[in-house]
Amino acid sequence: MTQKPGAPSASLASPAAARSAPAANPLFEYVVRLGDDRLVLGHRLAEWCGHGPILEEDIALANIALDLTGQAAALLALAGEIEGAGRDEDALAYFRDETQFRNALITELPKGDFGFTIVRQFFFDAYSYLLWEALAGAKHAKLAALAAKSLKEDTYHLRHSGEWVRKLGDGTAESHARAQAAVDALWRFTAELFESDAVDLAVAKDGIAVDHGALAERWRAIVEPVLREATLTVPAAPGAAATGGRRGRHTEHLGHLLAEMQIVARSHPGAAW
Amino acid sequence: MTPNPALDAGEDPRVAAFEARIAAGESIEPKDWMPERYRKQLIRMMSQHAHSEVVGMLPEGNWITRAPSLRRKMSLIAKVQDEGGHGLYIYCGTETLGVDRQELVEQLLNGTAKYSSIFNYPTLSWADMGVIGWLVDGAAIVNQTILAKTSYGPYARAMIRICKEENFHKRQGYEIVATLAKGTPAQKAMVQDAVNRWWWPSLMMFGPSDTDSPNSGELLRWKVKRKTNDELRQRFVNLTIPQVQAVGLTVPDPDLRYDAATENWLFGPIDWAEFNEVIRGNGPCNKERLAARREAHEAGQWVREAATAYAAKHERRSTEAA
Repeated sequence: MTQKPGAPSASLASPAAARSAPAANPLFEYVVRLGDDRLVLGHRLAEWCGHGPILEEDIALANIALDLTGQAAALLALAGEIEGAGRDEDALAYFRDETQFRNALITELPKGDFGFTIVRQFFFDAYSYLLWEALAGAKHAKLAALAAKSLKEDTYHLRHSGEWVRKLGDGTAESHARAQAAVDALWRFTAELFESDAVDLAVAKDGIAVDHGALAERWRAIVEPVLREATLTVPAAPGAAATGGRRGRHTEHLGHLLAEMQIVARSHPGAAW
Repeated sequence: MTPNPALDAGEDPRVAAFEARIAAGESIEPKDWMPERYRKQLIRMMSQHAHSEVVGMLPEGNWITRAPSLRRKMSLIAKVQDEGGHGLYIYCGTETLGVDRQELVEQLLNGTAKYSSIFNYPTLSWADMGVIGWLVDGAAIVNQTILAKTSYGPYARAMIRICKEENFHKRQGYEIVATLAKGTPAQKAMVQDAVNRWWWPSLMMFGPSDTDSPNSGELLRWKVKRKTNDELRQRFVNLTIPQVQAVGLTVPDPDLRYDAATENWLFGPIDWAEFNEVIRGNGPCNKERLAARREAHEAGQWVREAATAYAAKHERRSTEAA
């Protein structure tokens, strides 16, 4: 596909921008990315329901899954409104295919053990908290209001996952090893959260400007001290960062997640629930 | 009231005082003296109730990842989360009787404690999420509304709080059922099939018939139970049949008929052989449910150990710092 004249050149953004076709509706695309992150991660968390290590955590993880799914529903409803093509949040959640999903890869990885779930959640919560903080000042009233509401929820999420990272890292030898393994496995998926591409540049012109470089700095300022406090080793910068979710290039896991999530809705097209 | 001498601890005068308080409608609190049998019966009932909430998270949790709309997904997550909360709340209530949660959980995992037999049936379609909310939570409400008047204070108070949430679940369930019942032919068939599968197990939730309920006499006398199993079962059927009719569904009972004289919906015989098999551990999902609980418990062992170790380290550090 050829690049539209006036589209940002690759030198202004990450290499991903050079390969991505300019989105027809950047604001729609942007809000879908926010929605998909939370839809997919909420789904993964909800898989713990009834299977947590202690009853209190069953309840806490379900609570966070519920918040994230609620945020996703509101974001996808807003995306549908922006698109103006008659798609609501359910049409977007249940009737798009894998390549049309825009979540970051870290959100779709299988839930793993409790350590993996917690470390992933901590990495995402820190990112999401900072992102909402920035978006609460966006010049888009509905998005700003959603950001302000979600920020309150994510403040609690971040506290919860941060506390567990400390407990697991600085708990027993086994929990330390499991937490470190999760940190090491997940580290290469974190860079994708801070990528900027044509979509980010386009919405920045409309007052939805998030400085991803600064966000990444602040993320490290939250994450690294907690890891150290948890006696965990902060990995060196990843050799090759895992990326592609924002362009619909996913891991093999997302297809299976969507197959499960969408089966009932797709088996009864047009039905009301 | 005719006290049963065999059940009372000898001639202990405290028994008479205790029974007088019960007869006067007073509530019994954790620090009050109580007969050992009373304490044991309550631990049995309350822990069964807590276990039921926790095991009950599994059949519904089975459909969270397939809920067909985001709104339904959220309300299902919230419902299962509430059940976890109820479990926690009742475990805490049970601890007021001098037993700890770990011990109770151990009894569940080793198969010595019971939980509601209804959760040993599989959830096979989305419609089950509606029918469980409606019938299973509906039956639980009939039971628990009466339990809210039970003589043991902490249990009664827990029931009042839990009933409020269960009422919400029941309305949600019935709304799902009503939506499916007026939906596509496939949806209607799905919900009728779910009612066919859950109807009789729901009636069995009230426990054995009064003529065959080993614990009922004593529990009624001590006002732990306030109504018999059969009275509650009849009340549930009377409440539910008009709701079945309102959405154009049927129950799988050819003997069902309204009896104008007693104003009761009379129902056919319950298959107690099936009930007893499920109770004995031979229901369709008994093994799967317990296996899932054991697996979660074993897989979570290292997490609980980590939390304990972390707490101990930090207590020590804060002591050293002081």
